[in-house]
Amino acid sequence: MPKDGGIGASTTRREDVRFLTGKGKYTADINAFGQVSAIFVRSTVANGVIKSIDTSAAESMPGVLAVFTGEDFADVGGNPAGWLINSRDGEPMKEPKRPVLAHGKVRHVGDAYAAVIAETEQQARDAAEEIIADIEELPAIVDMAAALAGDSYVHDEIETNQCFDWGWIEDNRAATDEAIKNAPHVTTLELINNRLVPNAMEPRASIGTYDAAGDSYLLQTTSQNPHLTRLLISAFVMGIPENKLTVIAPDVGGGFGSKIYHYGEEALVLAAAKKVGRPVKWVADRSESFLSDAHGRDHVTKIELACEKDGTFIAFRTETLANVGAYLSNFSTATPTFLHGTLMAGNYTVPNVYVNLKAVFTNTAPVDAYRGAGRPEATYSIERVIDMAARELGMDPIEIRRKNFIKPDQFPFASAAGLEYDSGNYDALMDKMEAMVDRKAFEERRKASEAKGMLRGLGINAYVEACGIAPSNLVGVLGSRVGLYDAATVRVNATGNLSVMVGAHSHGQGHETVFPQIVGDMLGIDPASVDIVHGDTSKIPFGMGTYGSRSLAVCGSAVVRATEKIIAKAKKIAAHMLEASADDLDFTDGQFAVKGTDKSVSFGEVALKAYIPHNYPLEDIEPGLEETAFYDPANFTYPSGAYACEVEVDPETGKVTVERFTACDDFGNVMNPMIVSGQVHGGVVQGIGQALLENTTYDENGQLLSASYMDYVMPRADDLPFIAVDHADGTPCTHNPLGAKGCGEGGAIGSPPTVVNAVIDALQSGGKNVTHIDMPLTPARVWAAMNNA
Amino acid sequence: MASVTMTVNGKSVSGNVEGRTLLSDFLRNDLQLTGTHIGCDTSQCGACVVHVDGEAVKSCTMFAVEADGTDVATIEGQANADGSLNVIQQAFQDHHGLQCGFCTPGMVMSAAALLKDNPTPTEGEIREYLEGNICRCTGYHNIVKAIMAASGQDVSAVAAE
Repeated sequence: MPKDGGIGASTTRREDVRFLTGKGKYTADINAFGQVSAIFVRSTVANGVIKSIDTSAAESMPGVLAVFTGEDFADVGGNPAGWLINSRDGEPMKEPKRPVLAHGKVRHVGDAYAAVIAETEQQARDAAEEIIADIEELPAIVDMAAALAGDSYVHDEIETNQCFDWGWIEDNRAATDEAIKNAPHVTTLELINNRLVPNAMEPRASIGTYDAAGDSYLLQTTSQNPHLTRLLISAFVMGIPENKLTVIAPDVGGGFGSKIYHYGEEALVLAAAKKVGRPVKWVADRSESFLSDAHGRDHVTKIELACEKDGTFIAFRTETLANVGAYLSNFSTATPTFLHGTLMAGNYTVPNVYVNLKAVFTNTAPVDAYRGAGRPEATYSIERVIDMAARELGMDPIEIRRKNFIKPDQFPFASAAGLEYDSGNYDALMDKMEAMVDRKAFEERRKASEAKGMLRGLGINAYVEACGIAPSNLVGVLGSRVGLYDAATVRVNATGNLSVMVGAHSHGQGHETVFPQIVGDMLGIDPASVDIVHGDTSKIPFGMGTYGSRSLAVCGSAVVRATEKIIAKAKKIAAHMLEASADDLDFTDGQFAVKGTDKSVSFGEVALKAYIPHNYPLEDIEPGLEETAFYDPANFTYPSGAYACEVEVDPETGKVTVERFTACDDFGNVMNPMIVSGQVHGGVVQGIGQALLENTTYDENGQLLSASYMDYVMPRADDLPFIAVDHADGTPCTHNPLGAKGCGEGGAIGSPPTVVNAVIDALQSGGKNVTHIDMPLTPARVWAAMNNA
Repeated sequence: MASVTMTVNGKSVSGNVEGRTLLSDFLRNDLQLTGTHIGCDTSQCGACVVHVDGEAVKSCTMFAVEADGTDVATIEGQANADGSLNVIQQAFQDHHGLQCGFCTPGMVMSAAALLKDNPTPTEGEIREYLEGNICRCTGYHNIVKAIMAASGQDVSAVAAE
């Protein structure tokens, strides 16, 4: 049983109180003294040459303080890609410059080419209307295959639209080809992983402030990782010394990947603040978010699964085109490669895996990591083609998966795609899922659906993913230009309460509640006496932020390590106080006690002694009680799951309704089950959204047709059932001190193929010869598939 | 500019606004009541829901001048007199009905309006009523559960956690 409020307890969240009473402080809620407003002028064409920009009328409008164009940033650096990918022939990827404001060319609808700074937002908006840009429109490059075949380029200077042509693992290519050529059965599936917009409910916003007295800057911004943002601005874009730039990410209203990256607007508000001598605030409206936030997914894939007649897998071979949009966003080259290709063996002992992936520039918004980031694409391809193979071979979809699962006694397991899975029990997850679904009862539910003229389908799925990124040494070898450790400082105050400064950033994950559960548990003190400080580079140690389900596995481990150092030092102080050897002390429930005696001191007494070091062995122990730890993991963590979805399909209209959804996950040791369930609910629903509702549509001219909530279909409460989840009894991660695996993305990774498998099952049960429909499975698509089949 | 006077969370307030000033902007910028959030520009997301004369209204769909003389309630006025969370707020915390918190004020205000008209709504009625409030974090599971709990219904049978 978890201790009261300690590790494993479903403690309610302390941060909720401010959010529930309207006291949250998001960037848009902050008003700096003397602040002025920035408005960006964005391209209305997808591809065009900027002939001239006339800003004179705008500059003379009321309240206008400054107007910026790309010319003003021609001499500063570009926003870089964080990961170098080499092509199969050894050539490094193409890295065209991504400027603060478009210069020379605009490359996607929404590409900002000017900005107006005015006293008020309305004045800036009015003045922006007066900027006259002569932009010669060029044909838009939208379709990826056409982009590769054509002779016009998104970036003229690189004379290709191919960023890279990557093979994983290139040495496995010949063997995989040979295995597929000789296989008794090969199932081939061509599919599209639909482009999505992350759509955190809080639009991006930034406030730049310049302090002439110290020649220093402050950036308050909607970021998942303030230190990385500072590093990018300092080292690459603007050259502001790191110690002259503070970045604060206050309350942030969701991220899902879209707020990992540095965006040009952040550099602009800093430059503008210096120029006008006032704080400069920009808040995106939702239309700007659709046009300029990094999008997600957007793969076109052909996958082949070779197997024996009995369903034993022999090989997976994948060819994928991945859209990176008009510019390389910070993680955009890692997402389709090392977060995707390395997962292409799934949960299976399959001996041969080969992935070829070409990344393609197009005149569309940049594409980068969105919840799951590469692993949803891998899981979707694998789990769809397995379902199709099972149907072709006349096998049960659960049976074929179980036949190929890595078995519990095979861990640690070196997958054919190059990862070493540390722990898992995929059969146990499947057992649990089958018990929750009860397939006999499903047959009854199917009959009941059919009795009212509906088709009912059951889709199942298994997933494994790699998260908690990542070992710096490993990612360095693979091309990462950053380290991926995290950091925590535990400060015990003299009166015994604690401030814990962490490099992870909470924008919904509940760190302010969970990290104190861990520290409180370790120190045997009330978690309420522990406060978490995050999001401010002037207060926290250099951490890499929150994404890739890394907060607990990486930063949480740093919290553990720092707390262990606190305990070690406190023990020495206690030993002095008790006139005993440190080796003779036990530390339980917040008390240091001499073994076999009734002599003890409390943790609080030790803390006070550390800060009032009278009668204190200063020659051996420093005063104070504050420790920092940087934690760099030895491996990714490998959460896994078995999911089931039941749908009803209306054969008259093609409308799909999700009737039941079951998610059984293995997240290793769970710190707060309530919060983990919430992560699964949210991830699953984003996956249901991808499968049934959401799609980002550019027309042939590169116009974004789905640029508002009137057009982009977000999942709403009435699209969904309750989600049944279970994440008890996981197999602990073997290499971090908490035994925890990341839980933030599994839901979004496991759910899309589950839903699509269910719809295909429903259609097949109704005698429709439909084997695949591309997401989202809208009524129109499902109806067309049924009626053309 | 026009002068407006209204009651907000029980206090009389007034200000000078442009004709185009939205009620949401008046609340956020003039009154510094930043709990009312702006999540979209097409009146779809519901993060800005407040009550005007007791009715749930998306405050981005109403001009401040239209609210002249009305009684407005926002998230900042929902807690009990002693500062403790009201029944709906407490249910959201108890059942983890929020994550990033951005949609939360609108969700709480919509839930309050629903429960005023329908004190014990079914799951289906709650889901239908919340159609105008978008949440990206929770998958709505715990929001629906929290509202059922706030209305006094037993939610122990609702799947998991």
